[in-house]
Amino acid sequence: MEREGIVRALPIADPASAADRSLAADPARKPRSRSTWHAPTTERPFAKWLLIGVALAFLAVFLVMPLVVVFVEALRAGLGDYLDAITDPDALAAIRLTLLISVIAVPANLVFGLAAAWSIAKFEFKGKSFLITLIDLPFSVSPVIAGLVFVLLFGAQGSLGPWLSGHGIKIIFAVPGMVLATIFVTFPFVARELIPLMQEQGAGDEEAAISLGASGFKTFWLVTLPNVRWALLYGVLLCNARAMGEFGAVSVVSGHIRGVTDTMPLHVEILYNEYSYSAAFAVASILALLALLTLGLKSLLEWRNAEHLRSTRGH
Amino acid sequence: MEISVRSLRKEFDRTPALNGVSLDIQSGELIALLGPSGSGKTTLLRLIAGLEFPTAGSIFFGDEDASHKSVQDRHVGFVFQHYALFKHMSVLDNIGFGLKVRPRGQRPSDAEVRKRAGDLLDLVQLPGLGNRFPHQLSGGQRQRVALARALAIQPQVLLLDEPFGALDAKVRKELRRWLRELHDRTGHTTVFVTHDQEEAMEMSDRVVVMSQGRIEQVGTPDEIYDQPASPFVYAFIGDSSELSVRVDRGAVYLEDAALALVAPDLPDGPARLFLRPHDLTITDDPAGAIAGRVAGVRRQAGARVVELEVGAKGERIEVALPETERGMENGTHMVRPRKWQLYPAA
Repeated sequence: MEREGIVRALPIADPASAADRSLAADPARKPRSRSTWHAPTTERPFAKWLLIGVALAFLAVFLVMPLVVVFVEALRAGLGDYLDAITDPDALAAIRLTLLISVIAVPANLVFGLAAAWSIAKFEFKGKSFLITLIDLPFSVSPVIAGLVFVLLFGAQGSLGPWLSGHGIKIIFAVPGMVLATIFVTFPFVARELIPLMQEQGAGDEEAAISLGASGFKTFWLVTLPNVRWALLYGVLLCNARAMGEFGAVSVVSGHIRGVTDTMPLHVEILYNEYSYSAAFAVASILALLALLTLGLKSLLEWRNAEHLRSTRGH
Repeated sequence: MEISVRSLRKEFDRTPALNGVSLDIQSGELIALLGPSGSGKTTLLRLIAGLEFPTAGSIFFGDEDASHKSVQDRHVGFVFQHYALFKHMSVLDNIGFGLKVRPRGQRPSDAEVRKRAGDLLDLVQLPGLGNRFPHQLSGGQRQRVALARALAIQPQVLLLDEPFGALDAKVRKELRRWLRELHDRTGHTTVFVTHDQEEAMEMSDRVVVMSQGRIEQVGTPDEIYDQPASPFVYAFIGDSSELSVRVDRGAVYLEDAALALVAPDLPDGPARLFLRPHDLTITDDPAGAIAGRVAGVRRQAGARVVELEVGAKGERIEVALPETERGMENGTHMVRPRKWQLYPAA
């Protein structure tokens, strides 16, 4: 197979073919000339197609098929039933609540993430590596535990519970608790996107800005923020996707009060447990659509970001 | 604007980066801070700019104590080593940045900002590049944009951190001459940091040689080269060789042989003899000469450099000979210094 490759390539690569002809006169050097035709990182076609095949099959079974099933099941009973399912008052309430939680959690994490990344990237202080590890905690801990932590803190039997109920503040089994749990779970997304980028950029641009007389706020607004804007958007997008899809932590603190503390993922589960499959899949399909939308936006951002990176790093 | 630095000390985590530095910079002067890495030269520059604050000591701008003024209030033009141009802004926006961020009231109109940025672009000889972005410029062009941006705020002092460090040799040479001319035309008090002695000697009115957080010597390039104040300065500026000698009542001995050198001011005891390759002549007269065995011959642009191994300790000295000189490949030769410098051994 290799030989074929060489023979076919010969007429195209003119100078090389001349070199090959001259080398043919010297049999001792011939094997070396052949090795130049074979890129060292290129696999044989068999290995290449095997790897691609495995990857595609895996994708099909574990990603594409489930996604297709969601939409097929959702529309099984017909478009009318589908529309009925998603305009059901409880479903609408779940959609509203999901959006409300995202609208609070995402901006909160935008601010927290930016502050954390800023302090890590621009300052030297003790315990910095511990802080970086801590930021990853929500990723490594099970969301159920995240939810339980809030129940233990703010619940009726929790340490702050009696004081809170004494003042008529309800956090657990209510929207505030769900927002808190969501913020906890989605905290790392923005921070993790920003930290490596801001560390790499250093404080040089900011120093330049203040040496030119810019105030701290103007430096942030005109220099720091534009420098991280794509990474920030990207982090916000991922944070949003997770905030809307979070199940475990929210489930623990929600109390599952239909129409009141049900988010979309929780509502899907309730419907499913009630054997209303098509309704469950109908709501699930909206979540899936949101996920696809996020993916699309993410690809778009990455594409823009790549342009931006090329333009700023190219020389 | 004169700058006066008085007993300045700067510690980072208890490690001193500057150790009691005092320096007077005259108005309109072009002065170089020269030293190896870790000598504290960049720290001194950043302290003058207000990008760092001193642990002790003070900095005066004219008669005014500026030690605790913020960088924004010092009105210095700072050119960063890697330029730190704002990537997302055009060249004109970069240059106009310092004017645009002024508080309302002191801020010129947008048209005025654009006009001044354009004028500065002409000054740094980049007309017509105003709408480009930094990534579309070459290294030398970026350097000039950074300079124009620093000049836009009409600073009284211009500070440059390794201004040519990131450029290739040819561009560096051109820019050096250009910057010197620009300085002569605009008359800013200019301080620049460099580790390149050639650059410092060629461009500046005075050179500050620094080592380990201290100033070793301040002087004109001639003074630095001809009367180096310390062994460090001698060794750091230009090529040099060193021999361990002994001083006894004003006479200088290499091992047991007396050299044809005098050291009337030096205390008796061990001393260090410094020689420059160009200040040595080959001689046939053994009296008071330094004898050495040839250890190697190197060809340089305008000279042939012979390395001689001297004495039992095998210390090596370099002798620069005319490039036409041949037949020095081996054997023992004698040299006599035309100029030398002796320092007591520490």
